Amino acid sequence: MELQQVNVKIFVDGELTVPSERLIEVFHNWIREKAVGDLLIDVADYRHVPKGPSVLLVGDEADFCMDQTGGRWGLLYNRKARLDGTNDQRLSQAFAAAAKACNLLEAEFTAEGPLRFSRHEFEIVINDRALATNTDETFEACKDDLEMFVTRTLGHREYTFQRDTDPRRRFGVAVKSAKSFELSTLG
Amino acid sequence: MKASNEIWKERLAGQLPPDLAEEIDTFETEINLRRQGKVDEKIFAETRLRRGVYGQRYDNGQRHDGVKSRQLAFDGERQTKGPNTIWDAPGMMRIKIPYGGMNPEQLEVLAELAEEYSDSIAHITTRQDFQLHFIHIDNTPTLMRRLAAVGITTREACGNSVRNVTGCPFAGVCPDEAFDVTPYANALTQFLLGHPDAQNFGRKFKPTFSGCVQHSCGLTAMHDLGLTATTREVDGKTERGFKVYVGGGLGTVPRQAKLFDDFMSPAEILPVAQAIARVFGKYGEKKTRSRARLKFLIESWGLEKFKEEVLAERARLREDPQWTEFLANVDSCEESPLHPPGEMPAINGNQRLAHWISTNVLQQRQEGYVTATVSLPLGDLTADQLRSLADIVRQFTNGTIRTTVEQNFVIRWVSKADVVDLYHALDAVGLSEPGASNIMDIVACPGTDTCKLGISSSRGLAAELRKRLAEKSFQLDEAIQNLHIKVSGCFNSCGQHHIADIGFYGVSRTVQGFKVPHFQVVLGGQWEENAGSYGLPIVAIPSKRIPDALERITQHFMDNREPDERFTNYVQRIGKGPIRQFLEELTQDLPAHENDPGFYSDWADPRQYGIGDIGKGECAGEVVTHYQFEMAGAERMIFGAQILLDGGNAKEAGQQAYDAMIRAAKAIVQIQYDDVTSDPDEVIEEFKERFFDTELFHDPYAGPKFADYLFAAYENAGHTHNAESAHHLIEESQLFVEAVHSCYNRLRSEGVEAN
Repeated sequence: MELQQVNVKIFVDGELTVPSERLIEVFHNWIREKAVGDLLIDVADYRHVPKGPSVLLVGDEADFCMDQTGGRWGLLYNRKARLDGTNDQRLSQAFAAAAKACNLLEAEFTAEGPLRFSRHEFEIVINDRALATNTDETFEACKDDLEMFVTRTLGHREYTFQRDTDPRRRFGVAVKSAKSFELSTLG
Repeated sequence: MKASNEIWKERLAGQLPPDLAEEIDTFETEINLRRQGKVDEKIFAETRLRRGVYGQRYDNGQRHDGVKSRQLAFDGERQTKGPNTIWDAPGMMRIKIPYGGMNPEQLEVLAELAEEYSDSIAHITTRQDFQLHFIHIDNTPTLMRRLAAVGITTREACGNSVRNVTGCPFAGVCPDEAFDVTPYANALTQFLLGHPDAQNFGRKFKPTFSGCVQHSCGLTAMHDLGLTATTREVDGKTERGFKVYVGGGLGTVPRQAKLFDDFMSPAEILPVAQAIARVFGKYGEKKTRSRARLKFLIESWGLEKFKEEVLAERARLREDPQWTEFLANVDSCEESPLHPPGEMPAINGNQRLAHWISTNVLQQRQEGYVTATVSLPLGDLTADQLRSLADIVRQFTNGTIRTTVEQNFVIRWVSKADVVDLYHALDAVGLSEPGASNIMDIVACPGTDTCKLGISSSRGLAAELRKRLAEKSFQLDEAIQNLHIKVSGCFNSCGQHHIADIGFYGVSRTVQGFKVPHFQVVLGGQWEENAGSYGLPIVAIPSKRIPDALERITQHFMDNREPDERFTNYVQRIGKGPIRQFLEELTQDLPAHENDPGFYSDWADPRQYGIGDIGKGECAGEVVTHYQFEMAGAERMIFGAQILLDGGNAKEAGQQAYDAMIRAAKAIVQIQYDDVTSDPDEVIEEFKERFFDTELFHDPYAGPKFADYLFAAYENAGHTHNAESAHHLIEESQLFVEAVHSCYNRLRSEGVEAN
């Protein structure tokens, strides 16, 4: 099974205390400084919509978002463009990009107050219902790929997968690790 | 391109209406042909527009990042999907929702599409459409297939075509309507969609239906074709019919629609619409886009000649059974409730719930039932909210929900007994915002967020105003709560600023050598009575001071209104002069850039506003000073013209508006030729030679439109103005002045203005 359009959300640890205006500013700086490598286009402000994408950095091949979907803040990386390679390579690419963005944000806000991303939890979503319908069959078909990737990335097997099985939702797994991990090891 | 596009094509094969399936296949082929360079980019642009595939800001590959304009390196080949429109640049997709009618399955599919192809946000427009942003053109055929599978088309959502047929979202349940216009709106939609007689327009054509005269739900006065339901008694029997209006529209040059027929039989509405389409297609302007709407044809011909041509065309039409087939079923398509009628339960001191009921819940014509408006901030909601809304609509109704022109939803056929439960269900998913259709419910076009034409951040301003109003919403007097605010990012009026109590539209000004986002304050418009009158701009204020301007206007209204006086009447009684006076203070004592750089950026956008447009080639200080002095004079004259018009002196008002245009033209001419006199003949000659023939004055998007206003005014200089023509000229002179400002700023940036 081919996993494309990989989304990775790394949750914020605790509450988001950073002023949202500053996030907009930082994302604009990323565009100017080409901070994450990809072609970035613009910043969309959705702070008026509850539990949504909040502050979105729109890119050509991928978007970055300080996202509150589901009621939890996190940095969401949404790969839009198709990627060649294996599932493991595509998962790795998405994680690396998300982790890099998290590291940049943590560094950016060190002086102003805490912005810390979780070292225990993240989420993987396949943003394509045709490639990955949200069924047990899909989970079975890609479980090995997911486990191989997560085990290698975390360096252990002490984690759990959790799924929202509502068939209307996109296929994804929430990963909870018993041991903390470093953002730099992801991907 | 998504890997799954082929999967969807196979999966949905045979499930789509054949005509839509063929249409989408054809579009896919056209995409491929364009990719191979076998279709001209202009033709392809119109082709995709007619399928709802629109451009978006920065799709020309240029973006100002706050320091300088930079190229966005989308791809090496620079393949285009239209003039100056890069293939890989994300675009917008407009999705037609005729008369706003939807069902839960459609909401769910929109949620899926928003997640998989867009940014998880769906946006409702002021014409009851949906828009999804940041979409790659290669994925659009798949979106169209998935929409078609639930009965939605994007065909003719944009381009020079018959746009979405809008309609009152309360049709069929409104206590004040003459009758339910839904089946008629549906019939016109089906009839005109792809009709051969509606494919040859110079511009778009917007129809609408309203169930009554007094409310604003259909906005018939601002549409190309507006039909308002009415009845009459003949031999003791009630007959249905429509008041038919033509030639209305907002845009840069707003026009009130004119009454074409006081009572048109339902059997005639389709053939007459067809005849109007044929006349518009045959005689409407094609070359000059700025004069290509139906309103200009009617203005040029006069209503009587237009009517004669349409009726003659109508007489020549070959009989079509579609004209009347639908009439047999107009009473059989009524909606039904899910739950029995009931009584409203006790609220038990829940203040927010009580507020929501007072603003968002309306009694239906049918006893025991209400409608509930789901008020959306800036017309946006998330994919999760769309799915939740689908569940809620299923739980409380038989799937009866419509979008509105105020960028909201209306849930219909809610049993009164369910109102409190409905509120709690909506509240749980962040959809219980009170204040529907009042001052909190601010309408805004996309503006600089995503629109290529945006000048100032309309959504940024609207969000800021909402935030500030929300903090004191419970303390606001009812007279303030009932005001309508509408914001456009430019003069094109997609945010409908002309018909608000308080409207704003984006302009830019240069202050101390830096560009500063501004908004013109528009007063005198009327939302009620189907957009009963249009306002005019009175003063341009820096964007960051607009919240203060709103505070001053509302406070002055509260302090000076007479008992039960409405805002429109207050503006008329007080006059715009005193209002401008207390607003004008906000244009003075502006902070220096080094002291407050944030003043020189727009709302929710920290980039220096337009810094790339200035810097090089500054002309001599004296000339700038003189230019600014002259332009300020021209703007004062335009405002003076408004005061004259408000005082009933249309003749002088028209003359003063014309003089203001000449003065502004002279100001820009003097940048190159300091010795020009004030003689209009000389000003026009010099302006034409130096700025028009050289295309220096041409707007990057609108071309020669604004210069044409000047030339038209010059040609008609000897004419005596009536109230309507003076109003139009004031509008055009204000736009011309804005164009002079834009031209001046462009020239400064390019360093070509000085001799």
